[in-house]
Amino acid sequence: MAQKAATLAQAERLFAFFQTAGAQPVQADILQPAETLLDLYGEDIRARAYVTSDPARGEQMLRPDFTVPVVQMHMQSGATPARYTYMGEVFRRQEQHPERASEYIQVGFELFDDGAPAVAEAQVFALFSELLSPLGLHAATGDIGLLVAAVEGLSTSEGRKAALKRHIWRPRRFRALLDRFGGRAPVPVSRARLLKALDKVGAESVLNRAGPPIGLRAHTEISARLHALQEDAATPPIAAGEVEILEDILGLRETCTNALEHLRDIAVDLPAIAPAVERMDARLEALSAEGIDVDLLDFEATYGRTTMEYYDGFVFGFYAEGRPDLPPVATGGRYDALTRRLGDGREVPAVGGVVRPELVLNLTETRP
Amino acid sequence: MTLKLGVPSKGRLMEKTFDWFAERGVEIRRTGSEREYTGAVEGVENMALVLLSAGEIPRELSTGRIHLGVTGSDLVHEKLADWQARVIAMEPMGFGYADLVVAVPHCWVDVDTLDDLDAAAAAFRAGHGFRLRIATKYHRLVRDFLREAGVADYSLVDSQGATEGTVRNLTAEAIADITSTGETLRANHLKILSDGVVHRSQATLFKSRSAPWDATARAAFRTLEDKLGLDS
Repeated sequence: MAQKAATLAQAERLFAFFQTAGAQPVQADILQPAETLLDLYGEDIRARAYVTSDPARGEQMLRPDFTVPVVQMHMQSGATPARYTYMGEVFRRQEQHPERASEYIQVGFELFDDGAPAVAEAQVFALFSELLSPLGLHAATGDIGLLVAAVEGLSTSEGRKAALKRHIWRPRRFRALLDRFGGRAPVPVSRARLLKALDKVGAESVLNRAGPPIGLRAHTEISARLHALQEDAATPPIAAGEVEILEDILGLRETCTNALEHLRDIAVDLPAIAPAVERMDARLEALSAEGIDVDLLDFEATYGRTTMEYYDGFVFGFYAEGRPDLPPVATGGRYDALTRRLGDGREVPAVGGVVRPELVLNLTETRP
Repeated sequence: MTLKLGVPSKGRLMEKTFDWFAERGVEIRRTGSEREYTGAVEGVENMALVLLSAGEIPRELSTGRIHLGVTGSDLVHEKLADWQARVIAMEPMGFGYADLVVAVPHCWVDVDTLDDLDAAAAAFRAGHGFRLRIATKYHRLVRDFLREAGVADYSLVDSQGATEGTVRNLTAEAIADITSTGETLRANHLKILSDGVVHRSQATLFKSRSAPWDATARAAFRTLEDKLGLDS
């Protein structure tokens, strides 16, 4: 009980800090319609969030985060640019890690700004950096936009690029696709057999032999995919050199300054990433202007790939060094894709982050 | 205290469990009338039989109300989060075989692997505006399996029975269900994905990690271990 009160006091302090930085305080309902979250995040959210049901309102979720309701609120009524801050409990099921908290307080800051993206990103990062500076945390940064640009720059079919982009957040599936599109993994036996049959007797006949049509997925959808499979089979493998470049980018772990140099070299061979590299350059400049030493700031190209779907640009996290038992103290990034998904065709450039006051408190107390 | 063994209270699973123990010199049987759920054990002193529904045995093991329990491994994996922390799988018993599989309509000639299912789900969601629905009652097992395989753009819909019929009834596009011979799947024009086996289940003797022990229960357990030829 005493601990919770102390955490709340700490949360109030962080909340006040963000308000001083010009953010408008907002609140969100604890019960959120499950449908929106399920549509956004898929089944995985069911494993991570508490689902409850209401006879009149249908399935509801105890809010697993504030981002979705804050984005919805801004898209409905807010004028851009806007800064918001919020404070409150979030709820997460911890089936794999029962020792972790399933209910904890988050304090967040979200910036909706259609001005220079690099400046907005630098402002948000610098704000968290200043807030957390007494704790001596380690900061990690990454850029999902760079990975997207690298995939778009491959000289292969649009279908293959779309498949790879869709799985940027699922590294294993991404790897399996890249191996197959690069000709390094064999075509599955059943696929080879199907392609042979299509060549021999044609799609119509293959379909007709397959038994009665059942289910919602129509014949036309199946033949569309058969056509896509034939096209894909006729597409040459992605050149080994390009796969190597992509792997080079994925393996990048350096200080920001060195990473930028390295990416400039890569952009000579893969010009499609040049705009993303320019954007990183502008961000580093904006970060320097905010007083961040980018010569010491870490950059990992794959950072944020597994944990933060819908972050689609700059991403960051702050960690207590030597405490691998603790989750990150703060995380954040750019999530334009989420606003696009929730905005019915509209999109608002957005960057934000959250911090966990109980970890701030814990680390303040244990610091020598 | 007595050593408590939970076994399924009816059907073939119960009979086969009794046979399995009998073959190893432990006579367990139901007592009283046909409708009365009481049992007796001969061959091991201070051991009691608890007759339960197979689906409740995982929970009873997890809370430690029984020391040992016989049930399908599928039920333990599905019902207990982090099951290895709660129970120990002591011995697969060689009966009650059933596979949990992902199956799609036979007419989906373009789909044979999870990779195909993922691609079909992406196109389906883009075309229909909702995720490809998979009907199942094994939510945890199926979700973990599909996450591990990197399948996206699907949703699970709950189906507690007649799951094979959901595709024809247009309440799901694919299913994940238990099958032993595949007969019902074929009759409903469904086929199993070639890499779509989620879990191969069989009746298994489990031991609780949280049940209380005293000297009497421990001695009974040692006698049982000897008879069953287990060493742990």
